[in-house]
Amino acid sequence: MENKNLSIIIVGVGGQGTLLASKFLGNAAMLSGRDVKVSEVHGMSQRGGSVVTSVKIGEKVYSPVIDRGEADFMLSFELCEAARWLSFVKEGGTVITSTQEIMPMSVILGQTEYPGNLLTALSSSNTKLLTLDALKIAGECGSIKSVNIVLCGVLAGLLSDIPEELWLRALKATVPEKFYEVNEKAFLRGMELAKSRA
Amino acid sequence: MDKEIRLMLGNEAVARGAYEAGVSVVSSYPGTPSTEITEFVSKYDPKEVYCEWAPNEKVAAEVAIGAGVAGARAMCCMKHVGLNVAADPLYTCSYTGVNGGIVFVVADDPGMFSSQNEQDTRFHAQSSHVPVLEPSDSRECLEFTKLAFAISEEFDTPVILRLTTRVAHQRSLVELGERVGTAKAYSKNIMKYCMMPAMAKERHKYVDERQRRLEAASADIAAAVIPNAVNYAPDSRRKPGIVTSGISYQYVMDVFKDVSVLKLALTYPLPAELIKEFAANVGEVIVVEELEPFIENYIKALGIPCRGKELFTNQGELGTFAVRKAYYGEEAAAGSLGEPVNIPGRPPVFCPGCPHRAVFYTLSRMGLRVCGDIGCYSMGAQAPYNGLDSVVCMGASVSMAHGMTWAMRVNDKVDRQKTVAVIGDSTFMHTGLNSLVDVAYNKGISTTIILDNSITGMTGHQPNPAMGYTIRNEKTVATDLVLLAKAMGIEDVTVVDPFDMKAFRKAVVDATERDCPSVIIAQRPCALLKSVKFPGPAAIDDSRCIKCGACLRLGCPSLSRSADGAVVLDATQCVGCGNCFELCPKGAIGR
Repeated sequence: MENKNLSIIIVGVGGQGTLLASKFLGNAAMLSGRDVKVSEVHGMSQRGGSVVTSVKIGEKVYSPVIDRGEADFMLSFELCEAARWLSFVKEGGTVITSTQEIMPMSVILGQTEYPGNLLTALSSSNTKLLTLDALKIAGECGSIKSVNIVLCGVLAGLLSDIPEELWLRALKATVPEKFYEVNEKAFLRGMELAKSRA
Repeated sequence: MDKEIRLMLGNEAVARGAYEAGVSVVSSYPGTPSTEITEFVSKYDPKEVYCEWAPNEKVAAEVAIGAGVAGARAMCCMKHVGLNVAADPLYTCSYTGVNGGIVFVVADDPGMFSSQNEQDTRFHAQSSHVPVLEPSDSRECLEFTKLAFAISEEFDTPVILRLTTRVAHQRSLVELGERVGTAKAYSKNIMKYCMMPAMAKERHKYVDERQRRLEAASADIAAAVIPNAVNYAPDSRRKPGIVTSGISYQYVMDVFKDVSVLKLALTYPLPAELIKEFAANVGEVIVVEELEPFIENYIKALGIPCRGKELFTNQGELGTFAVRKAYYGEEAAAGSLGEPVNIPGRPPVFCPGCPHRAVFYTLSRMGLRVCGDIGCYSMGAQAPYNGLDSVVCMGASVSMAHGMTWAMRVNDKVDRQKTVAVIGDSTFMHTGLNSLVDVAYNKGISTTIILDNSITGMTGHQPNPAMGYTIRNEKTVATDLVLLAKAMGIEDVTVVDPFDMKAFRKAVVDATERDCPSVIIAQRPCALLKSVKFPGPAAIDDSRCIKCGACLRLGCPSLSRSADGAVVLDATQCVGCGNCFELCPKGAIGR
């Protein structure tokens, strides 16, 4: 975290584990001794709707919510959601997205179409784009539920000034003990991937 | 020793504040965005803090008032519309005052993330003459909760702690403190606690006198918890001065540079002298607040010109973008990456395996009028079901269906249609009970379908009185819904599994044919309950699938069409509930 203030927006579909990701990043920021605020969405949107959470880290953080044009990083669990929230990323910011596609109900019912050119649109925006099949990687690590931790691992790999040991301590504080091992594996795979693409 | 620092959800910080303040009794009804407060309270030692899910907010408030009058510190938590239900005890508790401190935590939902309206709790505070505190982050959630108990006892009044969604559901850093044990002696006092006309007249005088004392103390109360509530910019008289509170303060600090800021902790009663002094030392006064112009109206009533709602909308929530755009104009606010184009919306949907999907799939094909209620099943109003005619408030489905059927019976100019109500088990226990008594007592003929999924679903799985266990997972008696309906005088009661779509349809056809009140209990637990086991993902036999799309009309997120028109099943989502098996004319879906 070279920059003094850092804003990370996490987007996905309700049920994909965005809340746990934001809690994990928040815990890591706290352990690093910085001010941090996390904004979450509970309730109705968790039922398969579009969800967005914010993590803001810095010397002194005021609003917990990331608004348009404010995010340094986007962690996206789903392609269409990355496009939906793209305007919340700063010019020159980084978009990390899983290539998973989940059909909205209007697409299932044939009322709309799932956009076909999302990767092109994302890569032609003025951002750095990093795509990965987080679902596949999570599956290889032992649980498709650890998609969130794979994505956090990628982010951690790009943020050089928080040491790995501190991230793992934060992970331990975030996930239940019996799932720690699989999540550690998922996290390290994400980190590796970020470094191999850097 | 350094104090322990934690990254805490606003709602958890309220629970922590209450715990540190020595709260003994907490009673609440779940409602987004307030639910987690009481869930966090339930994690404290049961020997120190009793807590419960009450059947509704009115009951919860009365439990808290009882505990407070007995001498213990007590709290009740609810969402904004919950305070409408609990308004009755609040207004009179303002007269009786307290003994041990009594705090109402009320969470407003600007932007309606999970609500049926936007309302501003501060007006309830004003008309009941109850002070209201507005925290803006987790540290303040913790500190203001403790302060609320102190004010309650010092001024002999219930106190409202008003949260909004972005305060309740943000995490920020808090410092933990120690719990203080506390209780007041009880002495019988009919003049104070028995509000009959003669006593209430005296207590009304007390309320007005207390109001004057609170007004006089309001600036000091605010300063006690926010030492830097007033911040003057250099050369402040030439620059705007912003008055704000709650989450809006955080937006103001991010958006405005080089302005003076007055941050209010106590927004009712407001500190007149402090505001006058601030206004005298700044240029134009700007008020930034979400929802209604509460602070703004007060400042204008003091004779101080200011701008608020002419800049910042009363609809939805504010945010740094909205505040910047309203004050500095579109260009200053626009993000450089522009707006998304042609992205299909993604509203929430019934989860795979949800019992409500089968209910609405069936009901939407029967040509009925359906009065809906508050819960996950409100989503039955959406495509593909379009299965509801109304959603108003908790319990309204049952009474509205009764009103509709009576309107059809007495006035032949009113359009006739067979009418049913759908209501969840928790919502039924909340206020549907009273409505069903009305149907039975007043010779109704409507059909009430209780969607008994054995949990309070939308708010994230809280037990209710029909389930047989408490908030702390202790076994208890379960209200028997069949016996309950019969005890009200409704003879025609059917229990059916909505996954058996033919049986469910027949039950609804039969019940709506008869000219008597009826209850159908559609019983199947929420698919997300840990105790519910599904066989695992189904599969589509592509050689048998004729791509007709009959299964897609179920509205299940695990079934969709691929680009070539074939139906595909998403094995990461499908739980194998089997609803779609019987819809397929070719039997192409199975395990």
